[in-house]
Amino acid sequence: MSDVNTTMEHTHAEAHDHAHEAHHENFFTKYLFTMDHKMIAKQFLITGIFWAIIGAFFSVVFRLQLGFPDADLSWLAPVMGRWLTPDGALDPNFYNALITMHGTLLVFFVLTAGLSGTFANFLIPLQIGARDMASPMMNMLSYWFFFLASVIMFVSLFIPDGPAQGGWTAYPPLSYLLGHGMTLWLLSLTFFVASTVLGGLNYITTILNMRTKGMSMFKMPLTIWALFFTAVIGLLSFPVLVAGFILLIFDRSLGTSFYLSDLVVNGQFLDKGTGSPILYEHLFWFLGHPEVYIVILPAMGIVSEVLSVNSKKPVFGYRAMVFSILAITILSFLVWAHHMFVSGMNPFVGSIFVLFTLLIAVPSAIKVFNWIATIWRGNIRLNPQTMYAIGFVSMFISGGLTGIFLGNSTIDIQLHDTYFIVAHFHIVMGVAAFFGMFAGIHHWFPKMFGRYMNRSMAYMHFWVTLIGAYLIFWPMHYMGMAGVPRRYYTFDAFDAFSQFAGMNVFITVVVMIVFAFQILWVANFFYSIFKGRKVKESNPWGATTLEWTTPVNPGHGNWPGEIPEVYRWPYDYNKNGHEFIPQTVPMEEGELEHEETPAPEKVS
Amino acid sequence: MTTATNTVQANSESNVWEGGQAPFGVKYGKLMMWYFLLSDAFTFAAFLISYGAIRYTVGQDIWPEPNKVFEAFPLLGHGYPLLFVSLMTFILILSSVFMVRAVQEGHQMNKKGVILWLGFTIIGGIAFLSCQAWEWAHLIHNGMTMTSPITYEIGGHGSGAVFVGPLAFGQLFFTITGFHGFHVTTGVVINIIVFLNVVFGTYEKKKNYDMVEKVGLYWHFVDLVWVFVFLGFYLL
Ligand code: HEM
Ligand SMILES: [Cu+2]
Repeated sequence: MSDVNTTMEHTHAEAHDHAHEAHHENFFTKYLFTMDHKMIAKQFLITGIFWAIIGAFFSVVFRLQLGFPDADLSWLAPVMGRWLTPDGALDPNFYNALITMHGTLLVFFVLTAGLSGTFANFLIPLQIGARDMASPMMNMLSYWFFFLASVIMFVSLFIPDGPAQGGWTAYPPLSYLLGHGMTLWLLSLTFFVASTVLGGLNYITTILNMRTKGMSMFKMPLTIWALFFTAVIGLLSFPVLVAGFILLIFDRSLGTSFYLSDLVVNGQFLDKGTGSPILYEHLFWFLGHPEVYIVILPAMGIVSEVLSVNSKKPVFGYRAMVFSILAITILSFLVWAHHMFVSGMNPFVGSIFVLFTLLIAVPSAIKVFNWIATIWRGNIRLNPQTMYAIGFVSMFISGGLTGIFLGNSTIDIQLHDTYFIVAHFHIVMGVAAFFGMFAGIHHWFPKMFGRYMNRSMAYMHFWVTLIGAYLIFWPMHYMGMAGVPRRYYTFDAFDAFSQFAGMNVFITVVVMIVFAFQILWVANFFYSIFKGRKVKESNPWGATTLEWTTPVNPGHGNWPGEIPEVYRWPYDYNKNGHEFIPQTVPMEEGELEHEETPAPEKVS
Repeated sequence: MTTATNTVQANSESNVWEGGQAPFGVKYGKLMMWYFLLSDAFTFAAFLISYGAIRYTVGQDIWPEPNKVFEAFPLLGHGYPLLFVSLMTFILILSSVFMVRAVQEGHQMNKKGVILWLGFTIIGGIAFLSCQAWEWAHLIHNGMTMTSPITYEIGGHGSGAVFVGPLAFGQLFFTITGFHGFHVTTGVVINIIVFLNVVFGTYEKKKNYDMVEKVGLYWHFVDLVWVFVFLGFYLL
């Protein structure tokens, strides 16, 4: 144990060194090749926002195609270039490229790197009371691998045959037949995995080893618990994806046939032997399903924190929350084949996956119940982050319910690969995780940038996004039930779906409005970094956790003096006549721990 | 639950989870190595399970027999089933034993000892890779590649009747042993870097040979994985 104490002292001494070096820092060491976890978090965030704008823009373009198939898009030629045919229609191959890039960018680059990367880096050291990550160097590498992945993906947008066109799931044999875009896509995501693994190792070891004195595991804020299990999931599922990718890369470039059996392509017979695309589906979804929880868990953690702080009530069922996260972590590895009910997999295997899939609704429901119970009769501060957090809960409920439809394999036969799926996962994962992210950004913006974001703009953005998201995705459930398939360039050839032409126009119009308001949010974000109202007090929201005990603009090393010690759990709100009691305040003589409270306090 | 909290508080001095210390008494570097290996184990597991799945689909009756595939020995010629791979495996396990010794010497802060045993480990690693190179070259020479199937004579070398195996066999073999070999190669490279650091006294100045211990973990892991690869391709 003694050697561990030396590590702590070591980091401590290092932090002091940094404090002295502060004036030597130049632009490169401060903003680019920084090892300060707070700056790395901002790098992840801003790269994520960059990709979010591109990914969202792509969705507007393909929605234009769906809503107005006959429209002349030549006005988009300056940005879209070759992606349009000479008469101004969207090239069908590029339609596929757009949906592929939209999915890949948002799932991986925005909601994984942008969300986990930002908040794990920012919050872990600050909330557990550490000067920095266990290995700041690896942390920096984690960002730069992500950057490299980003550069490759960006370059792939400009190559002649266009970026990858096989959907974010890249199923063979289609992904086998595609061109260089697919190659770059695989390369980019391999670097992306390297980034996630480096980051994840750091998050896990930091949380285990670097907690300040008194910060036992059950005194950690739920954000940290969520980020911890997110990292665990990532560490155990991404490697399997890499294995799957390696086999796909070999199929594409070395002539193997792991995923290919005899194929007829354009009338030509390819003698490929005995492989099976279902193998790829298994390997992909072994990551793919846990990935959706990698996306949602950090958002869940943020929401728990934001709701508790802003309703000035302890999180309801703290331990239940922790154990539901744990249950979700375990179950998330046991449900992947619910994406494959109609793949030709053995139906008996399918029935086992139905069971586990429906089980995962239990911890999810516990969490929802606890969020509602947390704000129930609370003294709610209505501010943007609270609104976003409530928006998250609303979205998560709506999307979770449709998940239960899909989890039943018999119903899924009808719904698979229709717009019902699109609606399900955009609501439960896409929009919900974005709300979690918005909540987190608004909540910690003062700590990140020393300023506040503009509230009125945030409210406008919130309401338009919430209502817009329901208007966009709710109708898609009906389209899906009617059998409208996803990933189709046009429905002109299907009389049965012509009834939805008007619906498609409506959805596209809402998409454009919502997109405009996302730009408003981005403008608010950047404007506030430079011009927002300055933060004066170090704990503006009246929160209990450690990050609010640092100065308004914490330097590298976070606390100017000693690292504070922790004496109580993070949710002592509305206790013994105090609105909130920071974790650093020692327990009073005879004060009961939250779990010892004899009866729930009466709220009048 | 209440009592649990109380007991935790009562002996908070001795509870390693109370913060301010590392619960497993292990520095972050080694902890990271453990988790990395766990993650890497999933990569190998994915490969090996894919191997099993494909082999099952292809069918046992047309799957080649290891005794017939791996029966050559350098200089001695044919007719020595699994002899060469046993030698390879022995070399790799031996190098793991050397690594154990290197780590022990590191604990004793014995620089000379670390140099000696780590040196042997590296030689063992290189020897294993050379064997693998020979085996690959031999199999490729006999016509098994990523795109052409394994063939061998059914009654043994020189008997005439030829068995033609599935494409999948060679593809899986090269992919998985290649991926393992890639791990051994990186292991050797890292070992050499650490070796040079030992020689130049980096760890002596730091007053600990933790780095040797960390690469040791990696090395043992690579060794352990080989056992599974060996089992899958050569024994089953
Ligand atoms: C109540 C719990 C849930 C259940 C029972 C459930 C069930 C399912 C099922 C069965 C599918 C496959 C549908 C098909 O392709 O035919 C699916 C798709 C999907 N789910 Fe869920 N889900 C649940 C919650 C979630 C959550 C919390 C997320 C994300 C945070 C999520 C994200 C997704 C995504 C991204 C897809 C579609 C992937 C694709 O095909 O592109 N689901 N869900
Ligand atoms: Cu799933």
